[in-house]
Formats: sequence, C-alpha cells, structure tokens
Amino acid sequence: MSETATERTVDRSKLQVSDEVAIEITGMNKWYGSFHVLKDINLTVNQGERIVIAGPSGSGKSTLIRCLNALEEHQQGRIVVDGTELSNDLKNIDKIRREVGMVFQHFNLFPHLTILENLTLAPIWVRKTPKKEAEETAMHFLEKVKIPEQALKYPGQLSGGQQQRVAIARSLCMRPRIMLFDEPTSALDPEMIKEVLDTMIELAEEGMTMLCVTHEMGFARKVANRVIFMDEGQIVEQNEPEEFFNNPQSPRTKLFLSQILGH
Amino acid sequence: MSDISFVRTDMLSEQEPPASSVGVVGWMRENLFSSWLNTILTILSAGLLYLVLSSLLPWAISPTWNAASLGECREILHDLGRDGHFSGACWGVVRDRWVQLFMGFYPSELYWRPILAFILLIVALAPILFADMVPAKLIWFSGLYVFLMPWLLWGGSIWAPVSALAGFVLGFVAYQMGTTRISGLVGLILGVVTALIWWLFLSGYVVDFLAAVPTEQNPSAGVLPLAMDTVNSRLFGGFMLSITIGVIAIACSLPLGIVLALGRQSDLMIVKVLCVGFIEFIRGVPLITLLFVASTLLNIFMPPGTAFDIILRVLIMVTIFAAAYMAEVVRGGLAALPKGQYEGADSLGLNYWQAQRLIIMPQALKISIPGIVSTFIGVFKDTTLVSIIGLLDPLGLSNAIRADSAWNGVVWELYGFIALLFWVFCFSMSRYSMYLERKLQTGHR
Repeated sequence: MSETATERTVDRSKLQVSDEVAIEITGMNKWYGSFHVLKDINLTVNQGERIVIAGPSGSGKSTLIRCLNALEEHQQGRIVVDGTELSNDLKNIDKIRREVGMVFQHFNLFPHLTILENLTLAPIWVRKTPKKEAEETAMHFLEKVKIPEQALKYPGQLSGGQQQRVAIARSLCMRPRIMLFDEPTSALDPEMIKEVLDTMIELAEEGMTMLCVTHEMGFARKVANRVIFMDEGQIVEQNEPEEFFNNPQSPRTKLFLSQILGH
Repeated sequence: MSDISFVRTDMLSEQEPPASSVGVVGWMRENLFSSWLNTILTILSAGLLYLVLSSLLPWAISPTWNAASLGECREILHDLGRDGHFSGACWGVVRDRWVQLFMGFYPSELYWRPILAFILLIVALAPILFADMVPAKLIWFSGLYVFLMPWLLWGGSIWAPVSALAGFVLGFVAYQMGTTRISGLVGLILGVVTALIWWLFLSGYVVDFLAAVPTEQNPSAGVLPLAMDTVNSRLFGGFMLSITIGVIAIACSLPLGIVLALGRQSDLMIVKVLCVGFIEFIRGVPLITLLFVASTLLNIFMPPGTAFDIILRVLIMVTIFAAAYMAEVVRGGLAALPKGQYEGADSLGLNYWQAQRLIIMPQALKISIPGIVSTFIGVFKDTTLVSIIGLLDPLGLSNAIRADSAWNGVVWELYGFIALLFWVFCFSMSRYSMYLERKLQTGHR
C-alpha cells in the first residue's frame, strides 16, 4: 500500500502519563435483563493514558465505555470519573458528560444542522459560551481536523471520514479531559480510516486521556500505553502493547490475536 | 503495440439534441406516449375528461348570476331555450348568500371585526410559516394576536384579554424569580401557581373594577370601560366559524400532541399510562360523540349557573381529538429517528429538554410533516361536524338557505361553492407542507 510510505510516526516520548487518576472503576457489574454483560470490572485509568480495548464482538467492550458517561446504567459497583461518582444523580451525570467526550461508530452528527452548528450547539447551550466565541473555537478545531472549508455544509454532504473527524471536533469543542472512542473506524472505507486515526494520534500526542474500543491493532501498537483484552464481559488480560502482541498469556487472547492478525 | 490499444487524437464537439426529445414534442413523447400502455391511458383520460367537461361546462356556464330566486333562474334559462332538470346552474344563490356563508348571522355592522381578525391572522402567521422572509420581531405580534383575536371576534371589555395576558406575564416573572433565586423546578411551579391564582381568583375582580360602566347609582365606577359590542357565539357561522375553530384547534393541538407523544415515550410510569390512556380513549371515540358531550353533557358536570360558551366547549373537544391523532403522528416521527441521535445529544451533556428542543423535535417533526398536515386538513374539514350540534358552519347554513322558499331546491351550486372553498384552504395547506419539506431538506438521505 502506498500509504504505508507516508504512515505517521509517533514520538512516544511525547506521550506522558501523569499520576493523577482520571477514571476509577471498582467491582462494576451490569446486566441486560437477566444477561450478565459486565462481570466484576476493576480498572484505574490515569490522566494521559491511551487505552485500547479489544475483544471479540459481544464481549462487552462497547458497553463498558458507554457506562463511563452513563449512556448505559450499571447496577453494581462504583465508577468515579474525574473525581465525580457516577450515580443516579442527574447533576453528576451532566457534570461527567461535560468532561467526557465520545465518538461513535456511526458518527451521530445532527443531520439537520450545519457542521458549524453541530460544533457550537453544546458549547452554547451547555457551557453557555457566547455564540461568537463558540464559533471561533469550532473553527479552531475544524482546522485541527483539517476540514475548515466544510463548516457551512450539512453532515450528509461529507464523506464518512470527514464526518467522523467532525464528530471528533464536536467532542473537542466541549474541551473534555477524557475522550471515549466506540469503534470510530469500523463504519469507514479503508482509505478513510487513516485520516481518522491520524487525528486520534494527534490528540494522543497532546496528552488527551483516551479510551478506545477498536480493531485497529496498528493504532494500538503505535499509540496505546495499555491494551485491554475483554471476553465474555470480563477483563481477561491487560498489558503494554509490545508484551500484549508479542507475548500474550491467556489462551483466549492468543486465539483472538491469531484470528485478527492471521492474515 | 497491441491491436486493443486506442488513443483519441481529436475531441468531439457538443451537438444539439434531436428535435424529437426536446420541446413540446419531446415532452409529449416522454410523458404521454412513451409506451403502448401509456398511450392507451392518455387516450382514455382524454375521453373521460371530455365526457366530464362536456356535461359540466354547459351546466356551469349559465347567466343566472343576478337571479333572486330559483324560479327566476328557471325563467332566465327558459327564455334562452334551455329547459329541463340540468339545463343550467343557478348561481344567484351564491351571489345572494355568499356573505352569509362567510359570516353566518354575525351582525353586519360589525363585519369589520372578523375581517380585521382574518387579515391580522395572516400577519400573525407570517413569522411562523415564513420565518426567513419576514422580520423576526413580528413574532411578538403573533403572541399578542392570541389575545387580540378572541376580543375582536367576541367583543366585550378589552380588560378580559389584557388580564389573560397579564396572567402569563405574572407567571413568567414568578418563574424567572424562582429559577434564578432557587431552582428550575421551583420556578416552574411558582410560575404556574401564580398564573393560576391570578386567572382564577384575582383577574375577575380586577376586570370588573376596570371595566365597570358608570351608572346613575354609582357614577364614579369604572376606570377605563373600554369595550366593544359583545357578539353571542350563537351568531357565529359560516366559514368564519370553520376558520376560527380550525385555526385554534390546529394551533393548540400540535403542542399538545407533542407533549402527549413525549409523555407516551416517557420513562415515568404514571405519565406514560396517563398519556397512553388519553390518546387511546380519545382516538377510540368518534368526534361526533365528543361534540355531543360538549353540547349537552358538559353542562351537567359544571356547577349550576356557570355559562360555558358553546364554541369554547367545541374548541376543547376538537383540540383534544386532534391532539390525540397528532400525538401518534409525532410518535411515528420520533420512532423514525435513530437511537444515535439521542446518544449524540446525551454524550454532549445536553439535558432532556435541550435535546428534545434542539435535536430530536426538529428532526422528528420534519419527518412527520406529511402526517401532521394531513391531521390539520382533517381537523379543518371536521369542523363541519359542528352543524350536528346546531352551530351554523357552512354546511349547516346551506340547510338554512335551502329552507328559504326562494332557494328551495338548490343543491349543487351551494355545495359546489362550499366544497370549492374548503378545497382552496386544504390545498393551500398541502402545498405549504410540500414547500416546507423542500425547504428543510438538508440532503442527509
């Protein structure tokens, strides 16, 4: 592939992890009806960590990160995000959602609003930022994801890769401290995956705390400081990427890696 | 070089399309005679059209405009040598009675009031229907019009609508104070309670005080007795009545329907059960039943002595009937939205009402436009049912007109005229909805 020649290199020395805890999950359990999707999850994420969560479909990895901003409710255990405990208290949920950005597999842009309106909506209504300032911020982040010229178009007029970059910019406009990525490249054509991954790498280099559910193992190797492997609703193995890929311990991990890296 | 290689050396220039594919001939070939089946259908339709028009036009073109009675019509036609049952239309009835068909028995010296109300209605609707073409400030007039219209139509003291408006203002002030000092919920409760206290207990005294007319016993009474002649609801009729009921029911049923649709989707058990129960009960009952309840039963439940205006009662019934249908139409729009839109809004930290207002409703309502407008058209046409409880809508009036000995026996001309007017109103709504759909199209599908 010609793109490998221009493949972005990551300066790992830039990627610093602080001692400050960003997310702490203790003894978390979740059920869908009587189906036990997440079993006794314990996980601590420090500020500045880039975590890739991998695993077969149905292993609960999406559910796990959706619990972190209360898109899904957990029934047992504690989740503390940025010092705020996630409970039924709507105030806490709103506070956490303001600090945590999320990027979805299907972008979830608002099709009835222009790109610029998509980006300024939450800052204006949630953060009460003046419109002009919100628009300046929006243009700043659109430039960062390299599509400022699309600001006045509607999402339907953009390619998948562009839409996903807009979605990332939309989250960034809220100035989050933590970003969650739920299979951000799974709905994209191969040639568009790279532009989205490049944006994510840039974000990592700036020190953003990232939790990323993805099947892009190249991204995991390059950017992640920790890879978590999940199966049947539990964390089976976690390790630094080099160890994880070269020397997996659990037979489930070995099987999974042989299946996705096999060809 | 292999024999499949080919290199173009000169580019071809553009040419005119063949004459058979453009212009009138091209259009006809494409649309009327594109295939055998299409050709047969074209010929059959042309034949049918000829058949209808050849019998309708000679009847409709009839110089009876100035006739004063059905007998006179027949004489005019007889003098022209046109005899027989369907020899010609008797248009005199339209000339003679069109004012009545529009105004009912509204006092003729006060006609300016409904006419002014109707003109102002168009002005008030402009900022809602054509938001991008008129100054945005006009929306304040739309808000004011809500209070102006009943006063223009029914008359009475100006202090009644002013005090109704004051209730909203007081409620809003209380809401603002509660929200900024305490919390949103307290503010809301405070606002509603304040407005209710004003309307139920205080406004009556204030209006009586301000509107009192000085009498001989009490010459000092009355601060500013500004009032217009009161017009009784029983005098309302014709298209004025249909439009009044139709516009108010339409304007109230959409917000009520949205609230019911949201309630039906709510996680709160009680709210959900109440909304589902309401929708299913109202939809399961014919409108006529509700109108009979409005005209007869409702008074039984009221404390004796309360005079509850008949048009107001009808309005409430038509509105809740339309709202139940509207709720289901809006629910369809809500169901068509992907779950990702809710999640996108949630993940950005928008609260429930912000998400509904900014993300969900604009899209759901856009999807529901055809259904919403169908319901609007249905409501407007259903206003003719009020003739059954004795209100004189155009259909009710047509019976009254035909009871007059001068016009006894006129059927087609009257109903045709009424049908044409209804069609004009309904067709306008339909065209507007298509315009709106085009305007809101942002090319996401």
